[in-house]
Amino acid sequence: MASQPEMEHPKKAFGWAARDTSGLLSPFRFSRRQTGEKDVTFKVLYCGICHSDLHMIRNEWNNSIYPLVPGHEIVGEVIEVGTKVEKFKVGDKVGVGCMVGSCGSCQSCTEGLENYCPKMILTYGAEYVDGTITYGGYSDLMVADEHFVIRIPDNLPLDAAGPLLCAGITVYSPLRYFGLDKPGLHVGVVGLGGLGHMAVKFAKAFGANVTVISTSPNKKDEAIKNLGADSFVVSREQDQMQAVMGTLDGIIDTVSAVHPLLPLIALLKSHGKLVMVGGPAKPLELPVFPLLMGRKLVAGSLIGGMKETQEMIDFAAKHNVKPDIEVVPVDYVNKAMERLAKADVKYRFVVDIGNTLKPDPSRD
Amino acid sequence: MARSPECEHPQKAFGWAARDTSGHLSPFPFSRREVGADDVALKILFCGVCHSDLHTVKNDWGFTTYPVVPGHEIAGVVTQIGNNVKTFKVGDRVGVGVMADSCKTCDACEQDLENYCPKKVFTYNSPGYDGTRTYGGYSDFVVVHKRFVLRFPENLPLDAGAPLLCAGITVYSPMKYYGMTEPGGHLGVAGLGGLGHVAVKIAKAFGLKVTVISTSQKKEVEAINRLGADSFLVSTDSGKMKAAMKSMDFIIDTISGVHSLLPLLGLLKLNGKLITVGLPEKPLELPIFPLVAERKLVGGSDFGGIKETQEMLEFCGKHNISADIELIRLDEINTAMERLAKSDVKYRFVIDVANSLRG
Repeated sequence: MASQPEMEHPKKAFGWAARDTSGLLSPFRFSRRQTGEKDVTFKVLYCGICHSDLHMIRNEWNNSIYPLVPGHEIVGEVIEVGTKVEKFKVGDKVGVGCMVGSCGSCQSCTEGLENYCPKMILTYGAEYVDGTITYGGYSDLMVADEHFVIRIPDNLPLDAAGPLLCAGITVYSPLRYFGLDKPGLHVGVVGLGGLGHMAVKFAKAFGANVTVISTSPNKKDEAIKNLGADSFVVSREQDQMQAVMGTLDGIIDTVSAVHPLLPLIALLKSHGKLVMVGGPAKPLELPVFPLLMGRKLVAGSLIGGMKETQEMIDFAAKHNVKPDIEVVPVDYVNKAMERLAKADVKYRFVVDIGNTLKPDPSRD
Repeated sequence: MARSPECEHPQKAFGWAARDTSGHLSPFPFSRREVGADDVALKILFCGVCHSDLHTVKNDWGFTTYPVVPGHEIAGVVTQIGNNVKTFKVGDRVGVGVMADSCKTCDACEQDLENYCPKKVFTYNSPGYDGTRTYGGYSDFVVVHKRFVLRFPENLPLDAGAPLLCAGITVYSPMKYYGMTEPGGHLGVAGLGGLGHVAVKIAKAFGLKVTVISTSQKKEVEAINRLGADSFLVSTDSGKMKAAMKSMDFIIDTISGVHSLLPLLGLLKLNGKLITVGLPEKPLELPIFPLVAERKLVGGSDFGGIKETQEMLEFCGKHNISADIELIRLDEINTAMERLAKSDVKYRFVIDVANSLRG
């Protein structure tokens, strides 16, 4: 007998979902809505695996709704557009990131900051305007409001485009907003994972001198030779940190684990900015003297608005800023999650949905 | 062999100093340098009592060298100028604030941000470039490099104007730097003491809507009727705090003790800025989620450069802004410090130095 997710919408859909807090993903039949007048429907070709997907399938943020189909770095090809859709046509290469809806009328929305709209709807695990739960990109088909669909430039390979839609925008937005996008500035990046490696590449594309700050000495060669960082310091090595003290105009901190802010604040020049894009679950200690004495600041940032996301993708295509990815078949996804939990990936897994996601024929 | 405070300089001076961590102040004969070519000597008429003075005499921050003569809100008249001094003359009404010197050549100094010079010299408890320690304004006169002397506008009284030299600039500087000067913005002022009450006055002069956030309900009437705040929020009233969430563009946090940032961050709108100007002894707890989810920031600010301090004094002169003070004699300083520790002052003690030392 068909289940509730299979019945709630008219179009058959198929994906992989987590069913409980073990986070184990497995085949999952569900359904997608009819293409509404403002909707774009596309066949999913690739979907990046974000660390948020791992947090969500395991209910680490205590807000997961099962069954959960993760994936918010989704790329594919348009197969149908609604009657009022103006920006896209069948055959276009498009993507959807972390959001599929917002109120459209609040100050944030009118300023192109849908990511800060109090009614913003996440691509998966959230309640949509029609009352159903959203399902993400580890699936064959996506239907999304045109406003939340991004055009993928022709010269950007589709498998690499996905991670830009979350990791890319998450670091691009604060580099721009906090004025860390001017040539010649000295920018630090803390943590060298999905977000961190994108921060290095974007900062270099903006003309910055980039220092990576990491706990893993074995990432140094990669950082410098492959990613183009100008220098690399191990955060536990006092003398290495000392050499960088008071030299950074800004720092993008991608680390989600609880970690001390004092050594990072010390690396900033006067008037420097420490921007958090990771989400430590507990409060961190804020040493006030160093903040005051150098007029420094600690800020946060969350993904980016739709206009900015399109701008970021166009910039990435123009300046050849692409994530380093490991493409995997969908049935590798649980193994990929285990490896991701150990930070064992350079630097983003991307699921080859188009070639490997097929409904299980024995269930037809 | 190190020379004693009385002997190390040629000019005899007299003040009150703390000698140990009890913070108890008592008479202290010492000495000041000769007036050099670039120096200005001023007879001290008034000196504000800043909470930093209290922290310093008790060595709360761990870097006090005793004996210490505090006082960095100094107002007086010029008595002597060096040969290279062209901008001041004897009799001018002047002041000295938090700094007495800086290197004058680094990037910060070149940008008129002497307060961020890595080699700056504080007005008290600081090693000067000549190797002797600086002594502050709880004393009869001071000799300062001309660059660090501020001119008082004609209409600003010296007694109520003195606290502007620290409290005033400490709140004025971040208001400028973080863009809080456009009329119509909503500023929260956390803490209503020396800094807080001046912040309310200056913010109103900038045309901002001002809400005072305080733990003391009894300060409400004053805040609204006398200081001109638009509203008052008792931070322990969770219902009112909840209703005020996401209502403020900025908050200036003047609270000098350890306190929770989470409820203050909640009061800020999207992209809101919390600027901390108080100096608690311990680190604060910073919740990261509100910063990330609503692109908020927590920044620090440390008094201001000399050019900006002069600009602030002109601004206060133009808008008739001065501190609300309680004038005391120098021999009442210990009682004043005890009352300050309990926030029992509206809103700044100012020592009537010249009259205390007369005869």
